[in-house]
Amino acid sequence: MFFPSPFGEGAQRAGEGTFEAQRCALAEPSPPAPPPMGEGSNIQEDGMFGYYLDLALRSLKRNKSLTALMVLAIALGIGASMTMLTVLHVLSGDPLPGKSALIYYPQIDPQDLKGMQPNKEPPEQVTLIDGLNLLHAGRADHQALMSGGSVPLDPQKTDLDPFYVEARYTTPDFFPMFDAPFLFGHAWTEADGEAKVREVVIARSLNDKLFGGADSVGRIVRMAGVDWRIVGVLDKWRPNPHFYDLNTGSYDYGEQVFLPLQTMLDLRLDRNGSTDCWGNGGGGVGNILPSDDCVWLQFWVQLDTPTKAAAYKEFLVHYSQEQKALGRFQRAPNVRLRNVMQWLDYQMVVPGDVRLQTGLAFGFLLVCLVNTVGLMLAKFMRRAAELGVRRALGASKRALFAQLLIESGVVGLVGGVGGLLLALFGLWLVRQRPSDYAALAHLDLSMLFITFALAVGATLLAGLLPAWRACQVAPALQLKSN
Amino acid sequence: MSLHPVISALRRHKAGVVLIVLQIALTLAIVCNAIFLIQQRIERASRPTGAVEDGLIRISQTWFGAPSGDDAAAIEKLDAMQRADLATLRALPDVQDAAASTSMPLQGMIYSGNLSLNPQQSGLNVTAAYYYGDERLRPTLGVRLVAGRDFKVDEILHHGISGDAVSPVVIVSQPVADKLFPQGDALGKTIYQDGKPAAIVGIVERLQTPTTQAWGSSWDYNSVLEPVRLDGASASYALRARPGREQAVMREARKALLAVNPLRVMPESWGIQSLSQIRAKIYRADHAMALLMTVICVILLGVTAAGIVGLTSFWVGQRRKQIGVRRALGARKADIVRYFQVENLLIAGVGVVLGALLAALLNLWLMAHYAMPRLPPAYLLVGVLAVLALGQFAVWGPARRASHVPPVVATRAT
Repeated sequence: MFFPSPFGEGAQRAGEGTFEAQRCALAEPSPPAPPPMGEGSNIQEDGMFGYYLDLALRSLKRNKSLTALMVLAIALGIGASMTMLTVLHVLSGDPLPGKSALIYYPQIDPQDLKGMQPNKEPPEQVTLIDGLNLLHAGRADHQALMSGGSVPLDPQKTDLDPFYVEARYTTPDFFPMFDAPFLFGHAWTEADGEAKVREVVIARSLNDKLFGGADSVGRIVRMAGVDWRIVGVLDKWRPNPHFYDLNTGSYDYGEQVFLPLQTMLDLRLDRNGSTDCWGNGGGGVGNILPSDDCVWLQFWVQLDTPTKAAAYKEFLVHYSQEQKALGRFQRAPNVRLRNVMQWLDYQMVVPGDVRLQTGLAFGFLLVCLVNTVGLMLAKFMRRAAELGVRRALGASKRALFAQLLIESGVVGLVGGVGGLLLALFGLWLVRQRPSDYAALAHLDLSMLFITFALAVGATLLAGLLPAWRACQVAPALQLKSN
Repeated sequence: MSLHPVISALRRHKAGVVLIVLQIALTLAIVCNAIFLIQQRIERASRPTGAVEDGLIRISQTWFGAPSGDDAAAIEKLDAMQRADLATLRALPDVQDAAASTSMPLQGMIYSGNLSLNPQQSGLNVTAAYYYGDERLRPTLGVRLVAGRDFKVDEILHHGISGDAVSPVVIVSQPVADKLFPQGDALGKTIYQDGKPAAIVGIVERLQTPTTQAWGSSWDYNSVLEPVRLDGASASYALRARPGREQAVMREARKALLAVNPLRVMPESWGIQSLSQIRAKIYRADHAMALLMTVICVILLGVTAAGIVGLTSFWVGQRRKQIGVRRALGARKADIVRYFQVENLLIAGVGVVLGALLAALLNLWLMAHYAMPRLPPAYLLVGVLAVLALGQFAVWGPARRASHVPPVVATRAT
């Protein structure tokens, strides 16, 4: 044969096979041909199921390459869409389950009048002066002002070279507000922070690296040329996405040291992240702090009830009016108060590429399903003769329908298993990719369940139309025509 | 050959025909948009920075125990350390040129500001990236000077940025010049950088900003060279290696700088890297996306082709008797093959018309949600032809098999 087709001989043999089976059925209506059944049958329901399964497997075996194509198409579609759905699911997850609805990110607008447009969003961070004002006002249940940076750490050990650690400069409410768990010790106090103490909370990974996991509270660590006393060690804690400061990259970022903000301001430690200035504001480089015409800090609050949240928003408006009266603010009050999930949504944290790929994967699944529907339809219609015989021998339409659906269900199940394997492989591929969320791509139990439900559900759905069409055969007609 | 028998035969397989048409349409819509997206990504990842990238190296490092104050003595000390580093680097045998350079195209570390034509910053405003460096920066980057001159040695300032000391002269990229002075007379004119005046003494052809993020994409070639060595605890340099000596320079530079002063941090991962490494790193995601899209497209086309083969094979099997009759009545093998080819062309034709429509709709949706440009009609045209060809290719096997049905089948009972 000139064209190497996977269907070539198989299809022809399959055709003859059907006629063969039909002849047998006419000659002796006993196994392996279908026995009389249907309305009048006394075979139990579960027995019927086993029998249909047997029929389905026979039919699938009769046409191996076609079955393989259907299974493969389902598996590829399911594999691709589950891989991307899992990634999307992981990326759009809640970084603070159970608490994210109570944590808010206040935004106020301290900019000058240049470039003002109605309904324009206020800046995404706060200035130092506004941050300190809001912090000291203390109107929320918890509040913390923070920024990020990296500081050089000198381990003062011969076997370790100096290295950089990611740092969070914050006020101490950070820890209770974000439920950061302490392994040893505790945070510095508000008063200590104001007194610019050189105290530090370190992450467990750094504690393991420097102190072999021992309780290091009270020990000294040298960073940015200054000695810091360790007051606490955090247990493993890495909210994903890194919601409280998205400038660091949204995923799989964690600080190794937490330093008092006031001490950082005093020592002028290096900052990372974004600084937006207006007017004659200077961005500040190295050890120069940004001016008061620049936003560069994040301010978070915890508000335990919706009433408190509403009251806090009022407070932000009053604050803006007050600052305008004082001549600092020039614009009309323009405030926002989003909670964590609203903030992540507004910031469009989930990469557009991931959404696009998920869409593509589902488009792909749709084509695979349409493909399977077409092939099943052809396959079932091809068996009109066999089905006609079964109808003539007393099988009800419902019984035929059930039989055909079981056949498509088997394809879906096998395709689902294949899809699951492909999804595991796909997620492994995602993990090899250099994106910041790569390490997070794992299949969890709920996604595993969804994979199967999707595979079997989709194939059953794909089998509905062909099965319904195929059971419309008139019993006698099929016997006569051939 | 009349289409009538083909159409009336297809009428008997409405559901199957509708499904295959739908599959072809969806495939075309997805593949067209995906290939357009692939092309966008590849184009984005291969656009030139304006610098001569081969042999260009960036060094980022931080001194331990550097003076931390911003008083004059600390600034002078930091500047002396920076000049010592530069002298060391320039003395390396494989180094052609070296310059102080805060930023590098694509690298990510960016200073930016607002350019305007008056100190009030009213009217025309242009956002641009500031490249701070010394008089060797322009030649080291290899950026082409198209008008004016380079900075002179005595024009180079140095300070820790406090926002008030700004150089009186700058070199701007062509897009900046064009936007601020559409008449093309930018050279010699005064611009205001965040409200402070500076004269344009030179214009470079092209210099991409250090960021590839979306927020900077509307001004991605707006750059300004500032004749300022920035003094801080961190300093970074641009190096131009002699041809073919890039790797050697990267090794030598590390050794030489550590010999000058071992108390510095210069991590393996980003301390010393070539621009080609920076480029590969920054566009990894785009390459990965392009690869993934390509794989999906290939599989999609494969599945659709296999679907056509499968469905046509069934139809061939079902019509064995009719084919036999036609053969017995004098139809040649070629006629049978042509019958199935025409049938496929008809189905695929409807499919691609519907698919082209879907592709355009999908593109509109992508334009609205993902800032995609409009799909050029050429993509649709090529996509349509490719899908029609794929259909013909897929139907060839089953059609050939159909043509082998012997005429004698017509005489058999079943």
